Amino acid sequence: MEKLDGIQKRLIAEVADLHEVPMGAYNFRANSKLAGRQTTANIDIQSKENGTGIDIKIKPGTKKESVHIPVVLSESGLKETVYNDFYVGEDSDVVIVAGCGIDNCGSQDSEHDGIHRFFVGKGAHVKYVEKHYGSGDGNGKRILNPVTEVYLEEGSSMEMEMVQIKGVDSTERTTVAELKKDASLVIRERLMTHGEQTANSIIKATILEEGASADVVSRSVARDHSYQKFDACIIGNAPCHGHTECDSIIMDQGRILAVPSLEANDVDAELFHEAAIGKIAGEQLIKLMTLGLTEAEAEEQIINGFLK
Amino acid sequence: MLELKNVSFSVEDGGQLEIVRDVSLTIEKNKFVVITGPNGSGKSTLAKLIAGILTPTGGQIFFDGEDITGLSITERAKRGIGFAFQAPVRFKGLTVHDLLKIAAGQEISVSNACTYLSEVGLCAKDYIDREINASLSGGELKRIEIATVLARKTKLTVFDEPEAGIDLWSFQNLIRIFEDMRRDIKDSSILIISHQERILNIADEIVVLEAGQIRSVGTKDEVYPQVLGTEAGERMCFGQAARKEC
Ligand SMILES: Nc1ncnc2c1ncn2[C@@H]1O[C@H](COP(=O)(O)OP(=O)(O)OP(=O)(O)O)[C@@H](O)[C@H]1O
Ligand SMILES: [Mg+2]
Repeated sequence: MEKLDGIQKRLIAEVADLHEVPMGAYNFRANSKLAGRQTTANIDIQSKENGTGIDIKIKPGTKKESVHIPVVLSESGLKETVYNDFYVGEDSDVVIVAGCGIDNCGSQDSEHDGIHRFFVGKGAHVKYVEKHYGSGDGNGKRILNPVTEVYLEEGSSMEMEMVQIKGVDSTERTTVAELKKDASLVIRERLMTHGEQTANSIIKATILEEGASADVVSRSVARDHSYQKFDACIIGNAPCHGHTECDSIIMDQGRILAVPSLEANDVDAELFHEAAIGKIAGEQLIKLMTLGLTEAEAEEQIINGFLK
Repeated sequence: MLELKNVSFSVEDGGQLEIVRDVSLTIEKNKFVVITGPNGSGKSTLAKLIAGILTPTGGQIFFDGEDITGLSITERAKRGIGFAFQAPVRFKGLTVHDLLKIAAGQEISVSNACTYLSEVGLCAKDYIDREINASLSGGELKRIEIATVLARKTKLTVFDEPEAGIDLWSFQNLIRIFEDMRRDIKDSSILIISHQERILNIADEIVVLEAGQIRSVGTKDEVYPQVLGTEAGERMCFGQAARKEC
């Protein structure tokens, strides 16, 4: 953390809620270089030999520990692809906080493509939090194209919270998961786009064995001229439960395409899908205005609540 | 405090449909006024005209001497008009605490927010962090609506059928709430739309609306004999005779 400058510290605070060096394991990456690392008795972090990323190994039975791996880019024109692999040992219970903040004041595009793979061992539980944030007033774009692959072994579970509220010009996020017996996957995605931003979110969860469940809920707001595409697919190859929900608010000239899909390949696969897109309900605005808010303040409150 | 001068409201519905017709009405300060009348007589429409949700197609509205006919909902709210909806609105994501904060116009502590909830008979700790979404029952929602209006402490508060959907807890408590409001907010008045005899009984003044027009105004003793036996009287649930049919 000592090696970070003011802008980088601000980005880290945005994406990882970190204001000082965290407890537990961490790996900070700033402008494509390692800016700090700490391992613990149970959590090891190693750079890959070819220098393309890191391997994070969590020992079986590790409980109540956390790993922070924030990435910040504050130089204009940086473009990087990073491969991070997480090996989560059996019966462990950990929190992983990732996130990327880009500050681009220059005229060249900055791009970070993080490819994360999670190998979650039997009976393990992972809570994963990922925030994306952009700032800076240069006309270079801030681009993030994360790919997340999740492999859930028998009886394991993963809860993923993915948030992108501000400042990312273009994002294409791909999340794929495979679930074995009794595994559970919960994805909560929150997205807001402004200006001319575009965001594509592709989620594909395949349930391979019985008793597993996948629940994917996306809440998003598209403002100004921004565009979003939400493409969530759950495939049930065994007796299982799957649910996707896409709930969106459009404002101004915003556009959203929701393409949910379900594929049941087993007669006992129970899959549900809900999707709703619409502008803020007039009566909600009216109610808050009768409480003394202006129309703009009312909109802000409704959106903040919706994305909370 | 509030004066309606020849207020009308009509909508384009094939032809012109006049929902409120030439209504003139004055509500003095420190009054408890009840508007009653059959379903569809224009009561909610009148309340929305007062709150600024609808704009009159004719006539003027004055509040504390100021012509507010052209003012927005927000401006009227800021001048001290509160409105509790007949059918409260749900919000995905906003919690009861959030809404009470907005209503109070400032940060309010959990214990303060809880005071308002207890007022309406809700166990505060169970509700304070609940989202105001489809998971709340109709009666719970209605009580929360009343709590948000209480938190505003407005000079004139309009309640549109506050008792609807509320169980037996209601009457004594609801009436106590109204009385407390009048005591605690200096020179305040309350305007309630209601069909309930027990609410009509405590009114200083009753306004009977029928087909968008004021049929009569006066105290309970003045109004009852006039409306009993009329269409308005029969379709309202007041008076022993009428009640049997309801
Ligand atoms: N926008 C509209 N277009 C057409 N008709 C309307 C419109 N708004 C209200 N109305 C009609 O105007 C009449 C008055 O409605 P209002 O809601 O004010 O009645 P109310 O007295 O509050 O009735 P209730 O006791 O059922 O609440 C009703 O017949 C209703 O259908
Ligand atoms: Mg009504």
